[in-house]
Amino acid sequence: MSDAEHAVTGIECPVYLQYHFTAGRAPARFLTRIREGVLTGQRCPRCSNVYIPPRGSCPACGVPTEEEVVLPDKATVQSFTVVAIPIPNNPIEPPFVVANLVLDGANIAFIHLISECDNSAVHIGQRVQAVWKPREEWGYAMDNIRYFRPLDEPDVPVEQIGRLSVSGWEG
Amino acid sequence: MQELAVVAFSQSDCLARAGAANEVELIMPQLQAVYAQVGIRNAQDVDFVCSGSCDYLQGAAFAFVAGVDALGAVPPIKESHVEMDAAWALYEAVLKIRMGQAESALLYGFSRSSSGDLPMVLSQQLDPYYLAPLWVDSISLAALQARLLLEAGLASEQDMAEVVVRSRRNARDNPHARLRGDLSIEALLAEDMFVSPLRRADCAPVADGAAAMIICTVARAREWGVPYAVLSGIDHRIETHNLGMRDLTDSPSTRLAARAAGVAEGPVEVAELYAPFSHQEIILARALELGPDTRVNPSGGVLAGNLMMASGLSRVGEVFRRIVAGDARRGVAHATSGPCLQHNLVAVLESAS
Amino acid sequence: MSAADILSRDFELGFTYTRSTGPVVGRFLTDLRERRIVGNRASDGRVIVPPMEYDPVTAEALTDFVQVAECGAIVSWCWVTQPRAAHPLDEPFAWAMIRLDGADVPLIHCVAAGAETELATGARVRAVWAEQTRGFISDIRYFELVQGAS
Repeated sequence: MSDAEHAVTGIECPVYLQYHFTAGRAPARFLTRIREGVLTGQRCPRCSNVYIPPRGSCPACGVPTEEEVVLPDKATVQSFTVVAIPIPNNPIEPPFVVANLVLDGANIAFIHLISECDNSAVHIGQRVQAVWKPREEWGYAMDNIRYFRPLDEPDVPVEQIGRLSVSGWEG
Repeated sequence: MQELAVVAFSQSDCLARAGAANEVELIMPQLQAVYAQVGIRNAQDVDFVCSGSCDYLQGAAFAFVAGVDALGAVPPIKESHVEMDAAWALYEAVLKIRMGQAESALLYGFSRSSSGDLPMVLSQQLDPYYLAPLWVDSISLAALQARLLLEAGLASEQDMAEVVVRSRRNARDNPHARLRGDLSIEALLAEDMFVSPLRRADCAPVADGAAAMIICTVARAREWGVPYAVLSGIDHRIETHNLGMRDLTDSPSTRLAARAAGVAEGPVEVAELYAPFSHQEIILARALELGPDTRVNPSGGVLAGNLMMASGLSRVGEVFRRIVAGDARRGVAHATSGPCLQHNLVAVLESAS
Repeated sequence: MSAADILSRDFELGFTYTRSTGPVVGRFLTDLRERRIVGNRASDGRVIVPPMEYDPVTAEALTDFVQVAECGAIVSWCWVTQPRAAHPLDEPFAWAMIRLDGADVPLIHCVAAGAETELATGARVRAVWAEQTRGFISDIRYFELVQGAS
């Protein structure tokens, strides 16, 4: 009777709770549009910053954002890292590049992948463009964009990253 | 000691379901409303911000961090959070101001508890060895308390029904209430039991939404030139987590908090009590020693709509509104947290003399 | 802004916690595994079941363990007509505060009964044990009414 000899010192008490998640009005609008292949941000009525994905507010000014801005799928690398280890439950084979990217016309970065490149050549200020999945695979998801690939355009100086207009970068 | 003032309050409708709105979208209109009441731009114009919410209710980790997106936190602000009803955010802000660290504070509370099964979510806040693994839900615990009260002869089902009838009747004037109207005691008593001895009407209808408030020193309120109510006392006390060791027919923590907050130092014309179950209003009114001259829950109270994590702050807000409107000169607000009124906060508000 | 679809979906959040029991809770659960129920004595002499680590009044560490009976009397109860999925019983049942013989402070557990009318404050109940005990509060599956004993 090993049980009788050993006092209980710990218990397993897993808790599973069921929820119903709602994306929110602004994120839902963004996801509805990206399902159609359109990248839609929101502009702050006070400071004019453009946020994508939008959350319905300007975190800098604390005011609601409503005006929609359609953005191109070209972006600039604000920062990046090369992931060399496998991440549990992540199907992507390392090494791969995860980057903070700012779309042209936006003032805040989001995170996405960079591929079709030499990982060691990725750098801050680099110009990239979205590579989309085939249209029939589009859903309410950021991964309608498979990854971003480098563009043959001049680098953006650091002080100008996040300050480009929707018309892009002429160098 | 600095005299404190409540200068602004706003609350959303008590929504059965918030629909498409996320946390930020629930908070934002209430913040904009209190900014407008005192004529400020955003959270940059107060010295301190504190919020109350509970991520478990909506199952969204760090939902309170997303809430900061509603504030205007650039450049960085002094911000804090309590994983509790925002009435305790108010308490933290009172300490902050009394310590001389701030002259004004913005408080808000919010939840989307319709995202989960609230009574079961709350069961997981209980003792993790003896109670949480049994999934004892919050309504059942309140029902155990109600039976103790009934069988001790300290209240009757008729008394409980009267509380509900008054709540619904008072809520006719509350545009934010979820339940309002004219009910009869007879009709209520004829309804089926929900978790016996509680009927559905004895249990506060849970609601999604948000509330916000601004408090400051009286000096700052005069500077802003806005009407205010003086927050003359506030205190909170908690009882043991072991329900078996508590006298569930009384609320000694409310009694102690009331004494410390100075409830008895003047007439109580109005009282807003956070009683999520009808019998708890009876317990609280006794613990606060309210007399027949006190109007209890003129807003309808939370039996007309319970904004989790904001209802406590809203009780303070409802008393504030009545004092500023000239409906009352002195009132008491109460907030609760935990099962069967475990933790209670009492605040006293008075008109500016 | 034009309308968006309301995007929402169900999800499950899992917290796969393990917890250390310490000497007091561990002692209770160890005894439960052996189908015995122990409490401990508070500073004022009351026997608390399940045992507490510290006295809620004096904050003294509590060490004086006392074995109590597996039967007792209902102090308060409520009747759950529609059990929720996570509840320990699928059929309508009662939650009860039960003062076990030899204890002063009631514990909270569930009581199986055929109908609400069978329940009453003061009614006698007895623990029904799980077939396999493992040192967990649900080693007591539920309490059952002891017929004709009240």
